[in-house]
Amino acid sequence: MKAPLKSTLIILLCSLLWACSGGESNVTIGNREGILHLGNGTDPQELDPHIVTGVPEHHILTALLEGLVLKDPGTLEPIPGVAERWDISDDGKHYRFYLRHDARWSNGDPVTANDFAWSWWRALQPALGNQYAYMLFAIKNAEAYYKGEVKDFERVGIKVIDDHTLEVALTNPTPYFLQLLDHYSFFPVHRATIEKFGKADERGSQWTRPGNFVGNGAYALTEWRLFKRVIVSKNPYYWDADKVTINAIHFHPTENVTTEERMFRSGQLHRTASIPIDKVATYRKQHPELLYTQAYLGNYFYRFNTKVPHLSDKRVRRALAMSIDSNAIVKQVTKGDELPAYTFTPPDTLGYTAEDGFHYDPEQARQLLAEAGYPGGKGFPVTELLYNTSEGHRKIAVAIQQMWYEQLGIKIVLNNQDWKVYLNSVENGDYAIARAGWIGDYVDPNTFLDMWVTDGGNNRTGWSNARYDELILKLAPEAADREERYRLMREAEALLLDDMPILPLYIYTSKSLVHPSLKGLQPNLLDYRLYKQLRLDASYSGEVIH
Amino acid sequence: MGRFILSRLLQAIPVLLVVITATFFLVRAAPGGPFSAEKIVPPEVVKALEARYKLDQPMWQQYFSYLNDLAHGEFGPSFRYPGRSVNELILGGLPTTAELAFYAMLVAIFIGACAGVMAALKPNTPQDYIPMSAAMLGICMPSFLMGPLLVLIFGVWLEWLPVSGWGDLPGDKILPAITLGTGYAAYIARLSRGGMLEVMSQDYIRTARAKGLPEWVVVLKHGLRGGLIPVVAFLGPAFAGLLSGSFVVETIFQIPGLGRFYVQAAFNRDYTMILGTTVFFAALIVLFNLLSDIIAVWINPKLRHQLREGR
Repeated sequence: MKAPLKSTLIILLCSLLWACSGGESNVTIGNREGILHLGNGTDPQELDPHIVTGVPEHHILTALLEGLVLKDPGTLEPIPGVAERWDISDDGKHYRFYLRHDARWSNGDPVTANDFAWSWWRALQPALGNQYAYMLFAIKNAEAYYKGEVKDFERVGIKVIDDHTLEVALTNPTPYFLQLLDHYSFFPVHRATIEKFGKADERGSQWTRPGNFVGNGAYALTEWRLFKRVIVSKNPYYWDADKVTINAIHFHPTENVTTEERMFRSGQLHRTASIPIDKVATYRKQHPELLYTQAYLGNYFYRFNTKVPHLSDKRVRRALAMSIDSNAIVKQVTKGDELPAYTFTPPDTLGYTAEDGFHYDPEQARQLLAEAGYPGGKGFPVTELLYNTSEGHRKIAVAIQQMWYEQLGIKIVLNNQDWKVYLNSVENGDYAIARAGWIGDYVDPNTFLDMWVTDGGNNRTGWSNARYDELILKLAPEAADREERYRLMREAEALLLDDMPILPLYIYTSKSLVHPSLKGLQPNLLDYRLYKQLRLDASYSGEVIH
Repeated sequence: MGRFILSRLLQAIPVLLVVITATFFLVRAAPGGPFSAEKIVPPEVVKALEARYKLDQPMWQQYFSYLNDLAHGEFGPSFRYPGRSVNELILGGLPTTAELAFYAMLVAIFIGACAGVMAALKPNTPQDYIPMSAAMLGICMPSFLMGPLLVLIFGVWLEWLPVSGWGDLPGDKILPAITLGTGYAAYIARLSRGGMLEVMSQDYIRTARAKGLPEWVVVLKHGLRGGLIPVVAFLGPAFAGLLSGSFVVETIFQIPGLGRFYVQAAFNRDYTMILGTTVFFAALIVLFNLLSDIIAVWINPKLRHQLREGR
């Protein structure tokens, strides 16, 4: 009796395993049916463009909605979106957009200038809690309206000329204004849909659910299951639908990068959102063709709290900066092709490159420290280096702690805090040196420089320089042309780097794994993708690694 | 029996109230607010958000208004998912987590009982030592090690089973269930071994053998029934533990369940979500403990008698 039981069990188990192993992978099926599978990082919190704040949401929303302009993924220069062309006045303060007549919402309604005016009005409603409302402040009176100083929306520089013509007046000539229009805070939303499910400024109404959502992008929302997937399918009403070759995109939440990498390996994803840092070297060696690396519009840096007595001395801050070999950090610690940074703005941000503000020179660093009264590190108070809990940040902090000890003879203690506690400490100035990162909102040096003005919300170092404020807030915005403006900004950045309230370490790279069947990706600073340019090559099957 | 259940239910109310109160004030005492971010949130936005989620009211008012909502079965809106209520999020994740816990339970009982019974039949021989050492290993091996190990063997090397997901590909529920179940299988193995050892030395087993019954009938029909009583008592709390402890497994296998809310809500300072999940799990644990007590009373005549005496 025992033997038949045993053999039955074995047969059952074998057939079960056989049944399991027979399935085709997502990638194989996807290539055949035109379905793109993307790892998308954390689960999207919301799909309302005037509420969301994250990168995963951004990747989904650019499929569902389209602004007046798009970007060329190769150059990041503006290309026509809903607006087929535009005129800019000579003073750079007036824009007139001509909307294409064939732009349609996913329910067939025409997209008009009124839709944009209404959407931007909505984005400026304080009750909505739109964290990116400030993106619209370039528009004349938008900030005053948002803050309640101007009550009448008519006075805000947005004017509908007719259904297909929209005029925008700006406070200052803002050379990056067209860049902003491709940010989700400027995306149009469908008024009738929103009003059907609640008030215009109601946070979290049901209009973003599948079945309700009406968009104007290349894709329409078909499924949104929390922690499972978001599916968008080709929108037949999209004005450029002929160019869209991928029928549907599945966005998979992949919070766990290790799992994501395994999903990629087993053919469940065409592209990952990220790659575990310790796998980069292996991929580079064994499958370099799958590793996709591009410079990213963001940097990793440390803040110095200039209110802390011994850090208030510029010579100390410069000594600390000059004793760090950031080349060694990116080569031996982060190992992800990051670029050592000697400026705050990433080089070649839309043609802007600042001059290096410091360099690695331990000899001069020691000299500076001695001048400041701490020869050989003697008498230098034990200083705390704060970072938010993460293995990556810890490794970098340990390397820097070691460098400072070896080069300058000073003692640093490391302190890690949970993310929200860390934010609280930095915001309250309750730190000496703190790790930080910054991702640009748009491709222009301004997004990296306007944060350091006196008492700027993101400054948090206590640093203040009157000339810097003047350059960034007054002179650069009024500059006649790009060249003049960049010159003023370079002057400002030189001031910042000379005073060194911050220590730039490296420029980020975005790294992911891409299946060879996915074609048409172009590397750029924003990891920006124009989905209508992507293609799937059906001749590839799922498995690329065995 | 009715009075026993009623009194236990009444006892649960102060327990839950303490849980709610402690959680409510603890999460608000933690540094860092729900809306802080790397990029500073403008004060106007913070004000609007605080008004939206009633965080601008005095603490005591927030507390009582929360209790009031709770009495009406409302956990409130989630801060992190603006368009979702905590009720919706919990109800959305619960079926998946419950299914996972159920399969894990089956795995635990099957492996655990087999190993335990096998060990008990020949105590102090390799047939005892091997499964029991394996059980000890199972107790010690955390799921964040077990999960990736199983994935590596069955998903990546052998390519028999999917490496992640839930209900998307055939067989993708097998590895998560095994990962979550093995820890509990080990406990069940030890419990059933103990139970079986005691039962197999009883007189009625000797009688059954004396009647000439085949050994497997003696074990399965006469031994198992009594031997598994300690296991049954363990199942209630174990199931509650599986439901609330599935976080790691859900993260490893990308399962859209409830467990991850529990931890992530805390990281995000999503006050309503932290409270919602804590209260929900607390109620669940109280309920399952009660159920297992009821079952224990029901199957054990001794306890039933004591209860009657006590009355």
